[in-house]
Amino acid sequence: MNNMETMTGAKALMTAMEKEGVKQVFGLPGGANLPMYDEFARCDIRHILTRHEQSASHMADGFGRVSRKPGVCFATSGPGATNILTGIATAQADSSPMIAVTGQVPVAMIGKDAFQESDIIGMANPVVKYAYQPRSAAEIPEVVKKGFFIAETGRPGPVLIDIPKDVQTGEADMVFPDEFKIQGYHPWSDPDIVAVEKAIDMLLNSEKPIILAGGGTIISSAFAELQAIAEALMLPVVTTFKGKGAFPENHPLSLGPIGMHGHAEANKMMAEADCVLAIGTRFSDRSVGTFETFEKRLKIIHMDVDPAEIGKNQTAQLAVIGDVRVNLRIMVKLLLQKAIKKTEDTTWTKHVKETKAYWKENLKLHPGEMGAAKILRKLRELLPKEAIVTTEVGQHQMWASLFYDVIQPGTFFSSTGLGTMGWGFPAAIGAKVARPDVPVVDIAGDGSFAMTENSLATAVLEDIPVIVFVLNNSILGMVAQWQRTFYGRRMIGVQQEHCPDYVKLAESYGAQGLRAQSMDELDKAIKTALSSDVATVIDIPIDPEEDVLPFVAPGTSLGDMILPS
Amino acid sequence: MMWAILSLLVENKPGILFKITHLFRSRNFNIDSISVGVTENPDYSRITITTFGDEKQVEQIVKQLDKMIDTVKVEHLDEHKTVYRELSLFKIKLSNANDSMEVNKLANAYGGKVHDVKKDSLMVELTATPDQTQAFEELAKPFGIIDVARTGVAALQRSGA
Repeated sequence: MNNMETMTGAKALMTAMEKEGVKQVFGLPGGANLPMYDEFARCDIRHILTRHEQSASHMADGFGRVSRKPGVCFATSGPGATNILTGIATAQADSSPMIAVTGQVPVAMIGKDAFQESDIIGMANPVVKYAYQPRSAAEIPEVVKKGFFIAETGRPGPVLIDIPKDVQTGEADMVFPDEFKIQGYHPWSDPDIVAVEKAIDMLLNSEKPIILAGGGTIISSAFAELQAIAEALMLPVVTTFKGKGAFPENHPLSLGPIGMHGHAEANKMMAEADCVLAIGTRFSDRSVGTFETFEKRLKIIHMDVDPAEIGKNQTAQLAVIGDVRVNLRIMVKLLLQKAIKKTEDTTWTKHVKETKAYWKENLKLHPGEMGAAKILRKLRELLPKEAIVTTEVGQHQMWASLFYDVIQPGTFFSSTGLGTMGWGFPAAIGAKVARPDVPVVDIAGDGSFAMTENSLATAVLEDIPVIVFVLNNSILGMVAQWQRTFYGRRMIGVQQEHCPDYVKLAESYGAQGLRAQSMDELDKAIKTALSSDVATVIDIPIDPEEDVLPFVAPGTSLGDMILPS
Repeated sequence: MMWAILSLLVENKPGILFKITHLFRSRNFNIDSISVGVTENPDYSRITITTFGDEKQVEQIVKQLDKMIDTVKVEHLDEHKTVYRELSLFKIKLSNANDSMEVNKLANAYGGKVHDVKKDSLMVELTATPDQTQAFEELAKPFGIIDVARTGVAALQRSGA
């Protein structure tokens, strides 16, 4: 037995988290987690106060995606716990490592409908990777150790630790284990050399091969391997939206994201390909359109760390199960050994190049000075390549996908799976905590920003200077676009009426508020924001009628895009 | 559609049955029957689930169950290499003097036992495959079935299979 010491459950929690390398916790105190909060007075972990528990969970999520270590959020029982459910579900949908710690009513009160009691374990069950509710203080060190291990290994995800108040205050002789066993958890598979060899053969023997890189490529940081393979085999690379920026988007082989609002050239080439190397993707409906059409004529090589993804949405001809970086490394090695290095263009690669050039030239953009493409290209021009971008959810998000090119892999993050409006700003704060050395920008819309705008208080008071870049069309733009397209222009429940004034709102929190109504003003505003040491909101009024195009309507296939007329 | 017998070895902890059944609900799978009991090692329980689905669905169910951290082992049993039975209790109406004898004969034919013989009813205990139980139920219907309780299937693979 090592490190045996008598202490409370709350102290054991903080000690165990310090051992895991936790430097900060995002959260909000309440009755049932006060013993844990009291420990902040006696430990080196920084507490970052939020104005809503949901924001705390998104901050932890943003921190986790950028640092690839679980971000930690704290909430009290009852409504505190239910407020972080959205953040937990968001992290689960996007495989983001997170530890959510909730207070719970004392053990003896559980099931008595006590004040601020909620069965958060029951509610969170389908949206967590795992959940613990220690019933005695002595369990806490091992629960924390296992929780972090589960959250960050294999396919990452959120782990909930719900601690009854008397378990926080209870004392025990604590043992902080170095080793532990989780019998039913097998996050790693052995590298599969045979399957990787087969994959190479399949790619070499197809006429129109393509790479589809998903979010798993980013989670496992397989950037160099992906690029080496694409270049050696001269494979065009499309990504899912979650995989955006797994591959440098200024690379000649890059076609950008596919999907409902994918790049025209990416969707066209994906629809024409006959063999796809799909890396770390779950083939979401938003990425592939109708499942049946996508897999028709297409040979799928599916690489994923999660065996349950194989065959869930698409039928794979070949499955390569395991960490994608490990298996891609094997592929790079085999290609080197076999001296496979393509240099000659084929009919297919020529066709891909022509298609890409055509759409670069011919995609019609908004004619106004403040069209979405011009605004986002300006942002790209002024941001250093290592800057981190998060987005909210809606039109601005899809414009960011279309017009903001990610140059340095792994610098773009969005709520892609659950599509949580209000995610981007708190996630940007979490990202900035993880990487204080680079600018962090939340590309936002007015509708989404409104959902968590009170995180301005956190950004200002905790001195976390992020930039909120609001494409403000004063409308719930994506809903409005669907109403224009599918509901006879009946605009119901979407008008925002320029309320609030985001410049004044920012100022009221002590942040910097800037408005940009022309390209000149935008240029200046971005430069001002980048050189400021205070959080900045840039409000950019845009045309509420601008649609996100191309658009693959729901229930149709990638080849059938609605294009700008 | 195929009928599948799934055998799950799980950690014997509170809340696991909830998580398993929740998974079936949230993934849009069906539970045809479920039975649970502790194994010879009190750290584990065995859950036997029968379900319907096409081949792809059953494969998905197995994978999703396997992914669960609380499941130690998940098997899709081949029914031809498996002993599987469920226990059923049938309360059957007796309308005339002959019925008692007839129901007794029927129960015997299916290896059942008769309990709680009353003037108007008796109870048959049957241990059989779901198909046999179904067949017995059809034949018992004309007498009038008052109540049925079924445990769900318990199954173990045959040795050497």
